[in-house]
Amino acid sequence: MLEKIDIDLPASPESLAKLEPGSIVYLNGVVYTAREGVYDRVLNRKENLPVPIHEVTNANFHCSPAASSNADGSYRIGAVTATASFRFSKYMGDWLDATKTRVVIGKGGMPAEDYKNILAPRGAVYLTTVGYGTGALLGQGVRKVLSVHWLEELGIAQAMWMFEVCGFGPFLVDSDLEGNSLFAEQGKLVNRNIEQAYKGLRKPALLRYGETDDRKDELI
Amino acid sequence: MRPISQEAIEEACYEIMKKAAVDIPEDYLAGIKRSAEREKEALSGFVIKTMVKNYETATAERRPMCADTGLPRYFIKVGDDARFEGGFTGMERSIRSATARATQDVPMRPNRVHPLWRTDYNNNVGINAPEVEWSFEPDAGWIDITTVHKGGLFGTDYRMLFPGDGLGGIRRFLLDTLIAFGKRGLACQPAIIGIGIGGSKDTCMQLGKQAACLRIVGDRNPDPKIAELELELMEASNSIGMGPMGFVGSSMAVDLHIEVGFTHTGGMPVSVHTFCLSSRRATARIHADGHIEYRTDPKWFTPYYRREGIAWEGARLDQERQHA
Ligand code: SF4
Repeated sequence: MLEKIDIDLPASPESLAKLEPGSIVYLNGVVYTAREGVYDRVLNRKENLPVPIHEVTNANFHCSPAASSNADGSYRIGAVTATASFRFSKYMGDWLDATKTRVVIGKGGMPAEDYKNILAPRGAVYLTTVGYGTGALLGQGVRKVLSVHWLEELGIAQAMWMFEVCGFGPFLVDSDLEGNSLFAEQGKLVNRNIEQAYKGLRKPALLRYGETDDRKDELI
Repeated sequence: MRPISQEAIEEACYEIMKKAAVDIPEDYLAGIKRSAEREKEALSGFVIKTMVKNYETATAERRPMCADTGLPRYFIKVGDDARFEGGFTGMERSIRSATARATQDVPMRPNRVHPLWRTDYNNNVGINAPEVEWSFEPDAGWIDITTVHKGGLFGTDYRMLFPGDGLGGIRRFLLDTLIAFGKRGLACQPAIIGIGIGGSKDTCMQLGKQAACLRIVGDRNPDPKIAELELELMEASNSIGMGPMGFVGSSMAVDLHIEVGFTHTGGMPVSVHTFCLSSRRATARIHADGHIEYRTDPKWFTPYYRREGIAWEGARLDQERQHA
């Protein structure tokens, strides 16, 4: 744990094989952003990808940058932060197949079964941002905006950005190639203590519908 | 003296937008550094130290600390004796224009969209946005304008509890909220936790939100028993065994603030709010002579604002006058 690893993109299967849950990763090369807006266009509406992504990179960042356009048409990226990935897990299988993406970067990971069933079988790992508000550090790692697609149609937050990055990180490996999950492991350890925190506390007088009383359950 | 100019007001609004997005308030930074020292778990410690590095980079490079630049909103306190150009609607216009300009210039993320049609004007301005909350202060000639850039879709909840649920009920609801949103770190903890107790449902939410966003780390409620409860519940939050990102650790809360409001005799509504790792706030005081001072402590909860005592000052003075 807490070992630092640099990875060049597109990431080779060998470089991904070295990762284990909790490794600290920095990326060099190109990453692209895509979230529900882009997934919907390509997977549901069957629109063509604006660039042949797999020729350039295999790293998909679930992110909406704080960006604005300069007068000369170039873009300024201030800070870069990931957005919560669990909402996108339903798209992942088809998306990885369509784009040959092998590194999924986002916030907070996805359910552990998705790693076992969707990411790991396709040779893909999941990296999570740290904190999660490390926007300035990640922004510093973005050297250049190579291009942006569907900006008009989807807006700044949902558009597909291609970033050239250097020393981009830190990220923590959540899922490795076997589909082990750091969040799941840590969650189990945290759960061992939870009952103790509730000791002596009675249920409220009025309950609510849909409540689980098992605090070991995840709510995502 | 000349009234405060509209330019001064707009300048103040614009500057605090930039400061809030980029510079972490010093009280929160000091609090986070203390959390880093206390945290014994390697992973959780790594996360907190990375955050400290992130704040330093943000300030050095004038970048927003987090790309989710939150939902910018404003809290304004106007002294009774303040005189300013443009009236109250003029001030609201300045706020909207400063918000739009800062969104482009910082740059900040245009987060504000129509809730149904997802329309985005790319400037963080829209229907009922940014929110402006007004308050007033006796015996003052200044205007305080605070902006808060509150991030996070996660970390807030409300529940109607009842007097019989007692302090244990509040503690339990707090734990529920922190665990629900703390797993995987959705709340971006360690956070400043705000708890609103009492009022009506909407005031309960408002008090909790303001407790989280408008009081600095280390500040205690003036009621000694509530101050004690703040410390007790902070301790409970940090004893869940959870740290940043939901990893094993002991850092959920950097501080915990409670605000109360008189409520219906049958109920005890409670709200919990978390002001995330990007606890962004900045305040400008525009003095009567037009000069502007900037700070990070909103000083929002004044004795007058809390309406302490059983009647307002005016009533007491009236009574005294009658007796004189
Ligand atoms: S909750 Fe706060 S720190 Fe986390 S992503 Fe949102 S604004 Fe950033």
